[in-house]
Amino acid sequence: MRRLLFLAPVLLLVPVLAGFGVGLRHDPSILPSQLIGKPLPAFSLPPLSPDRTGLATADLAGEPVLLNVFASWCVACRVEHPTLMRLKDQGVKIAGLDWKDEAADGAGWLGQNGDPYALTGNDRTGRAGIDLGVSGVPETFVIDRRGQVRYRQVGPITPEVWAQTIGPLMAKLRAES
Amino acid sequence: MLAEVGQFALILAFVISLVQAAVPLVGAHRGDPVLMALGRAAALLQAGFVATAFVCLAASYVACDFSVALVAQHSNTAQPLPYRIAATWGSHEGSMLLWVLILSVYGGAVARFGGTLRESLQARVLGVQGLIGAMFLGFILFTSNPFLRLTPVPLEGTELNPLLQDPGLVSHPPLLYLGYVGFSVAFAFAVAALIEGRVDAAWARWVRPWVLAAWIPLTAGITLGSLWAYYELGWGGWWFWDPVENASLMPWLLGTALLHSALVLERRGALVSWTILLAILTFSLSLIGTFLVRSGILTSVHSFAVDPERGVYILGIIAATTGAALALYAWRAPALKTGALFAPVSREGGVTLNNLVLVVLAATVFFGTFSPVFIEILRGDKISVGPPYYARTFAPLAVPLLLLVVLGPMANWKRDRLDAIFRRVRIPAAIAGAVLLIALIAGGWRTLVAVAGLGLAAWLVAGAAAIPARRWWAGRANLGRSIRTTPTAVFGLALAHAGLGLLTLGVTGVTAWHQDTVLNMQPGQSVAFAGRTVALQSVEMVQGPNYQARQARFEVKGAGGTYSLIGARRAYATSQTTEAAIHVTPLGNLYISVGDEADGGVVVRMWSHPLIMWIWCGGFLMAFGGLVSLSDRRLRLGVAARAPAPVMVPAAAE
Repeated sequence: MRRLLFLAPVLLLVPVLAGFGVGLRHDPSILPSQLIGKPLPAFSLPPLSPDRTGLATADLAGEPVLLNVFASWCVACRVEHPTLMRLKDQGVKIAGLDWKDEAADGAGWLGQNGDPYALTGNDRTGRAGIDLGVSGVPETFVIDRRGQVRYRQVGPITPEVWAQTIGPLMAKLRAES
Repeated sequence: MLAEVGQFALILAFVISLVQAAVPLVGAHRGDPVLMALGRAAALLQAGFVATAFVCLAASYVACDFSVALVAQHSNTAQPLPYRIAATWGSHEGSMLLWVLILSVYGGAVARFGGTLRESLQARVLGVQGLIGAMFLGFILFTSNPFLRLTPVPLEGTELNPLLQDPGLVSHPPLLYLGYVGFSVAFAFAVAALIEGRVDAAWARWVRPWVLAAWIPLTAGITLGSLWAYYELGWGGWWFWDPVENASLMPWLLGTALLHSALVLERRGALVSWTILLAILTFSLSLIGTFLVRSGILTSVHSFAVDPERGVYILGIIAATTGAALALYAWRAPALKTGALFAPVSREGGVTLNNLVLVVLAATVFFGTFSPVFIEILRGDKISVGPPYYARTFAPLAVPLLLLVVLGPMANWKRDRLDAIFRRVRIPAAIAGAVLLIALIAGGWRTLVAVAGLGLAAWLVAGAAAIPARRWWAGRANLGRSIRTTPTAVFGLALAHAGLGLLTLGVTGVTAWHQDTVLNMQPGQSVAFAGRTVALQSVEMVQGPNYQARQARFEVKGAGGTYSLIGARRAYATSQTTEAAIHVTPLGNLYISVGDEADGGVVVRMWSHPLIMWIWCGGFLMAFGGLVSLSDRRLRLGVAARAPAPVMVPAAAE
């Protein structure tokens, strides 16, 4: 009995170390979205310039679409931008949400770099971003044809992210009826 | 060239540490004095080579040698010299090197000054230290080499994280490391005692000053870290229950327990196996604190160096050291002689109770810090544990401990009676009661928590003062002589416990009465806040050595007269920092932090922090008390010249 008492510390250590070992394989920066499996929150955003279309929740149903949150002041968005342009050329439908940005700045940015978006809305106050639970830019939501959020990507979509996660998911969503 | 010298020194240190890990242990087992002497030589040599490597790295920083990858990543020519030197330990690799440097210097100190120790015990301690050193030197060489070269050589380096470019942070990591690594000596002594199968008076006399020598810089380091977070992060808080902070608090709590149980062991020969267990756990938590938190297992606001690959290696080291030590403990500790018996009501009994509460407190923090990891594994949920958890678990346990702090030193060794103890504290109790009553009349029932906190603070400070006072009262016939003969350790004890009282005072004040507001201010506008009138006079852009700042000048009129304050938001090449405007008085601070520009004005956030400076005064006073205690001649017998005295003069830092 007394022996057991002295044995207790080392026995307790085993599950703790095992937990740490497993925990090290988890990336704590992955934040699952509360919205996964739920419909997009309702928003209706004005266009970036009069000659463009705005962006409303209703526009994002019918076919699988990427909702990409970007801003003209965001450096990582510049990194992501060429990938989005390539995806557009491959026929992927992308909607752009210009977050906490002046409409003119967002329009200027797209004019300069090229516009990968089928639809763009300006979220100047960041209100729609709050409803979406956006933690920073860029961030991308994968929406299925029923208008439900299926995946959330925090940070830029790199060619690897597309090839490994989002691309296969989009293919699967297109196959769904 | 310098980098290669450093690299070579590091490799030599690694090889020597392998020798140190094996030879003295074999020598002690066989009773071979030559092998044991070789262990001492190895420890000194290892310290020399690690110091050489460290100096080489520091010199590379000073010389702006950007061909060394680490230097290019963490400093540039625009950075002032002191911060270039501090950048030596601002990176993961550099901080590892500092860690090993302190470890090997401590090992060298045991080898050089441990002449009064039994030779086999000294050899075993050095062997265990050699093992730890070998593991970490291997870790540095194989996964985090600080001397890697870079081609092509960049003309300019990237900057050290601007948050770290601050005098507080220059000394904060070395202080913490002095504490963390200091506990490695107690650990090595504990493991050596388990190998020997005996704990004697010499062992206890050696361990206590070492624990104290680790506890002092750790206390000062945590206090300094809290102070730095307060003025540099611009959030106006002093403790955030962030994993990195908790990581330093856990070894502190256990180290405090160890400090007290080692005292009992030294004086009375009791709590033998408990003290050994505490020594093992304290160092294990130091390891977890330094490394695991930074390995990416948890998200933290200030993990500056994150890499899961290294985390696996570190986990291996923790498993090896803690696992082996605890297994050895399970095997050998039951056979250790149990010490002298004592009655439940006695000084020893008080320390036991103190130890139990401190261990439970550490367990509470451990659970709060790491439960997100386990819950995610078991259920897949992301949770975060914040201040409400600690308010409900930590605080209710800490308050009874604070009540006990005054009673413990008043109890006699071996056996005592409760009524006798209570009679001895009647004056502190009366003072605390008076404070309680006055606060209650002034504040009413609604501020009950604050009232209780003030009473508790008065209880602690008066109780601390009562320790020497009781002694002098007993010897009042010859007061001068009884003051002169009071051991310094008694003053140390009183100062440290009084520090705890000041800490309680500060925490109470800022918790109960803080106020804050956020508003958009135009230049020329003035607002009333917390009994003061705050006017924004001007906002202008200023150029610093390696940053641009938006500087806001305020004029404040209040009970303490009129003064002006300057707050700024600095933009460095890669990031921004907030330099809060803080007006410090003993009664409370006014804290203004300047945010972004909006609608022609600036966003201004203001806090009133009553009594907050006493938190840090209390922390530094505790460390100072430890220092005073360490200077006691009785402790220095046979352990000369090991106090880390030059690192800090904490006296009246704000």
